[in-house]
Amino acid sequence: MSKGDRENDLELNPFSSPDGENETDVDEFLPNTEEADDYVDVSEEDDPDEDETDLLYAALDIESETDEGDQELDFSSATSPVELLIEQGAVLRLPEDAALDALDPDESEASFGEDETMIINLGPQHPSTHGVLRVMLELEGETVLRSKPVIGYLHTGMEKTAEELTYVQGATNVTRMDYLSPLNNELVWSLAVESLLDVEMPPRATWIRMLMSELNRISSHVMWAATNGMDLASTTMMIFGFREREMVLSFFEKTTGLRMNHNYIRPGGVAADLPDGWEDDVEVIIDTISSRLDDYDELLTGQPIFRQRTEGVGVMSADLALALSATGPVLRAAGVPWDLRKDMPYLAYEDVDFDVVVGTVGDTFDRYAVRLNEIRESIKIVRQILEKMPSGDYRVQDAKITPPPRQRIDQSMEALIHHFKLFTRGFETLVGESYVAIESPRGELGCYLVSDGSNKPYRMHIRGPSFVNLQSVPALLRGSLLADTIAILSSVDPVLGEVDR
Amino acid sequence: MTVEDQNIEDRPAENDIVASLPIKGLIYTESAGTVTFFPSQSQYLELTNALKGASFVTCSDLCAVDYLRHLERPLPSGVSPERFEVVVQLLSLSRKQRVRIRLQIPEENPHAPSLFYIYPGAENMEREAFDLMGIVFDEHPDMTRILMPHDWEGHPLRKDYSVGRVPVQFKEAPGPR
Repeated sequence: MSKGDRENDLELNPFSSPDGENETDVDEFLPNTEEADDYVDVSEEDDPDEDETDLLYAALDIESETDEGDQELDFSSATSPVELLIEQGAVLRLPEDAALDALDPDESEASFGEDETMIINLGPQHPSTHGVLRVMLELEGETVLRSKPVIGYLHTGMEKTAEELTYVQGATNVTRMDYLSPLNNELVWSLAVESLLDVEMPPRATWIRMLMSELNRISSHVMWAATNGMDLASTTMMIFGFREREMVLSFFEKTTGLRMNHNYIRPGGVAADLPDGWEDDVEVIIDTISSRLDDYDELLTGQPIFRQRTEGVGVMSADLALALSATGPVLRAAGVPWDLRKDMPYLAYEDVDFDVVVGTVGDTFDRYAVRLNEIRESIKIVRQILEKMPSGDYRVQDAKITPPPRQRIDQSMEALIHHFKLFTRGFETLVGESYVAIESPRGELGCYLVSDGSNKPYRMHIRGPSFVNLQSVPALLRGSLLADTIAILSSVDPVLGEVDR
Repeated sequence: MTVEDQNIEDRPAENDIVASLPIKGLIYTESAGTVTFFPSQSQYLELTNALKGASFVTCSDLCAVDYLRHLERPLPSGVSPERFEVVVQLLSLSRKQRVRIRLQIPEENPHAPSLFYIYPGAENMEREAFDLMGIVFDEHPDMTRILMPHDWEGHPLRKDYSVGRVPVQFKEAPGPR
């Protein structure tokens, strides 16, 4: 559909109602100006009531203030049947002829009149949208006919910011994207920078990264279980999830100094070695969480109410998931055993033994089960890391890339210069481009980096799994009930910091 | 020295992915196991269609790059550098391999064919590239801004759109109630 058509259609959009209509509505709510005059000092030059009226007009003109124009969802009656067919047909991956046969325009949404359907906004301020996601839903009764996520409310231009930061500073930027798995963001950034650096990681740095990444996966999935529980009215699960996540975050705080946005995994290794006695801490965490996973099973997995709310809700086939570029638990729940840790291993995932959890039906329950069991697999990996953690250096000993130890700065002029150069100018990479992808808790987290040989990336693009997985939402919601919308949205697990970047 | 200098081997024997494609005359490089195609505008859709047939069933990423400061960058012979590039990463699950496509987009006519009808998953990514870089994807069903407000002017990720040039734009704030 061309831009021009879209603009014409807008006139049919009841959301962009002409201003005149608004004004007549507003008049009913305005104070009676004649009455109010009695209480007003008439000696004032400006009529204060006029100002007040203007302000009221401004305050009540919310529609135009929050309008996102053609980014929004139109009524299906205002959308051409061909466009509706494209919406369905392309998503179903039907060839055009087959789509026309399978989807009779008379039977489709286009047959509903404007007064038969209703468009409502879910979000952006809604607790179940996990941030500022706004989903426009076209309802017929209680059934969701079509839906469209409207995003961008959290957009802060982080890809542009990255072009202004050196490679050393870059990690602080990317870690703020997906704030529930910051270490994975740092990891993909560091791997992308290192792919343009030609350095070899010491084994301990690799294994520390793997440990932190897996602990982060546990905390992220536990957090997801908590919010998902809350969305399905299980406040117990919410408390449980946050309690377990707190344990992991305490360990992060001990190791990195911060609970979130760590800037711990950096190009060239990690910022600091693991603290003394980390084995005991980690062991306590994984022992506790693995025993509490059985509590989760008791609380949710076998519970009839939970199962009825999730089973058969928001079903997605494997073909559809692949066509929509879905990754992570959304794709695996549909039965595709695709996990970058297993299939295109990075770090040292080849040296640890774990299973890829897949679902069979691809419904909301499968997505829950995949995540729950991925926590178990992560615990399995962490146990192996505890056994196999090599000794040695936690970062590259290259003064151009990693800072010298603090003590050396007091003794050596060279170390002082290196330290100064690194934190003011940073380091240069080779000219080239590289795309690195890792398996974050939400799916394929990719970083495309273009370097022109300076100390800053020429272009940095993050392929956010939440951003791409959000495309599955309209497909999952089609034909579901309004009450199930929350369960489905939650099961996709979008983190809006990463969607909007 | 560039990464390409280190890794590219101009192999006379064709790469097996390239050999399996029905299109002839494709320009490509191979670097660290990843094949990068440099199709012309007319070859682009044909190439992606053929790659999809060759088991590259998922479009894992699509983004645009503005090479304003490097208009004369080194590219394989036969490819004339343009200001913009659309970079597509395709993924094959069965081969466990990625390929990259770099499509040159001229500055005066920043249009590219849409991949939506081949990979529906490219929808959001193409909207993002349009929003932030101003590349128009023809035949895309919903070519609107996705991250920026619908009435935003300019495309922020372009290199001539400098940081801080535009004061922060907020919609008119409601007055005191």
